[in-house]
Amino acid sequence: MQNVIRGKAFVFGTNISTDQIYPGQYLDLTDPDKVAEHAMQGADPSFVKEVKPGDIIVAAANFGCGSSREHAAVTLKTVGVGAILADSFGRIFYRNAINLGIPLVVCPGIADMVKQGDTVKIDLTTGDVTNDTTGKGATAQPLSPYVMEILASGGIKPMIKEQYGQ
Amino acid sequence: MHAIEKILAKAAGKTTVTTGEIVNCKVDLAGINDLYLQTVRSFFEMGGKKVYDPSKIVMFLDHYAPASTIMQADNQKQFREFCWDQGIDLLMDVDQGVCHQILADKGLVRPGMVLVVTDSHTTTHGAFGAFGTGVGATDCAIIMMTGQLWFRVPEIIRINLEGKLPKGVFAKDVILKVIGMLGADYGVYRGVEFTGPVLKELNISERMALCNMTTEMGAKTAYIQPDEITLAFLKDKVKQDYEIFTTDPGYKYAAEHTFDVSGLKPQVAAPHSVDNVFDVTEYAGKPVNQAFLGTCTGGRVEDIAVAARILKGKHINPRTRFIVVPASKGVFLEAMAKGYIQTLVEAGATFVTPGCAACLGTHQGMLANGETCITASSRNFPGRMGHNKAEIFVASPASVAAAALKGKIVNPADYLE
Repeated sequence: MQNVIRGKAFVFGTNISTDQIYPGQYLDLTDPDKVAEHAMQGADPSFVKEVKPGDIIVAAANFGCGSSREHAAVTLKTVGVGAILADSFGRIFYRNAINLGIPLVVCPGIADMVKQGDTVKIDLTTGDVTNDTTGKGATAQPLSPYVMEILASGGIKPMIKEQYGQ
Repeated sequence: MHAIEKILAKAAGKTTVTTGEIVNCKVDLAGINDLYLQTVRSFFEMGGKKVYDPSKIVMFLDHYAPASTIMQADNQKQFREFCWDQGIDLLMDVDQGVCHQILADKGLVRPGMVLVVTDSHTTTHGAFGAFGTGVGATDCAIIMMTGQLWFRVPEIIRINLEGKLPKGVFAKDVILKVIGMLGADYGVYRGVEFTGPVLKELNISERMALCNMTTEMGAKTAYIQPDEITLAFLKDKVKQDYEIFTTDPGYKYAAEHTFDVSGLKPQVAAPHSVDNVFDVTEYAGKPVNQAFLGTCTGGRVEDIAVAARILKGKHINPRTRFIVVPASKGVFLEAMAKGYIQTLVEAGATFVTPGCAACLGTHQGMLANGETCITASSRNFPGRMGHNKAEIFVASPASVAAAALKGKIVNPADYLE
């Protein structure tokens, strides 16, 4: 796992639901590459054309609220989102994304500190967040040791496979 | 300790737990919905061959009941085959309805249990004194492999409901008011307990609506201390033994809020978030193209009954569609026996198969660009029930039925003589 992640920011507002991250009409898709075609479609239809692997999502409060659909995490993982920083996260989305190995960082005030296209850097071990475009900094809430272990394993599936695989 | 903490402690094989602690809990029942074939995929990706205990798994084919595309049909086919291969007997096929209502109807939910479903509205089961929580596909696959899952012991908020409900005001209005006051993210990562004298006026259906909607404030779980109303409902339904946990005197809640419901008006959450809440009278006269009654939030017998009461001998407005979805087969049969279905069909309602239907914007009542819908379901996010530019107003079943009648948003109290 990379402990320092640096990428271009895509900025979103408050209460971005999993319906906006991945609209319900595509829930019957199961192939991750197909699921990836609709990333953030309900919030910003241009996102999927512009996002590059390693880019970072920055959002205000309650990012990923609503439905439990893991598609929302799968679509962002598959387009290569490097990390997501938000004031807070919907709790099921939080679990889903961490389980897939996407670093999710709670950083109150982050949405006010970053503009679309800024370059943002996050150090997962220290919690230091820097907007490299403006030079402003912030401190994120530390990730729990268990979450760090999941991320270090590349997601929860390899961990469970090693421990319980039949 | 709080009752929720005691449930988690017992499931984790511990005598005590503390807020913030990560515990690994045995799961009494895990449910998987037909949207999430990823659950089966993750199970095999993690090296799963046989599920840990097939009697503790229940499969619900509810969100696509019945399939409307070949892809949906293929996903459901794979779920059925998985159940048959794994010896999972609790396969709830497309005739059965929404997961949460089935769990109640069939006595599968009981006080003190840990119940995990791949559906966000699993908080509903706080109405029975269970620890119910929603997770994603891979988390549920972990339960299928190991019989357990990790949880962070949540802070718990107490919401105390005082006063007496006015005419035309229901649990749905109360919880919309609460969400409007506290915000859509107030309950994130936390548990929500309801207390107070208003609960004695609320039957199980209303209590389920209350707990169900805590998901819309981000809650991890909800809780209502089981009482004589709970026990009367569970009697003759639940076959297994269960334990009722109670909160220790002096337990310190993370926050406590008291709401007096006596002066409350019917409420509505306006587009496009569930905490954008107003008195329904603020939107009186707003034309609606579709009124939607159903789902795990508002599709129970009592909800259909209030609609039948409002529409008996009348007809809906010709410019409005009224889509009705009984939450389950059991609800459908009971509403039929009581004559409500006949009343509503004669009044112009369009009935669809028990299940989730248009609530999640996949089928059976989708909205077009620029249309307005009033719904008894839970969510009004952009695009939730169809086009991104459709407007969704979340309200009580009575408000939905009254809007269907008049073709516009009205105060349902005026139609409940």
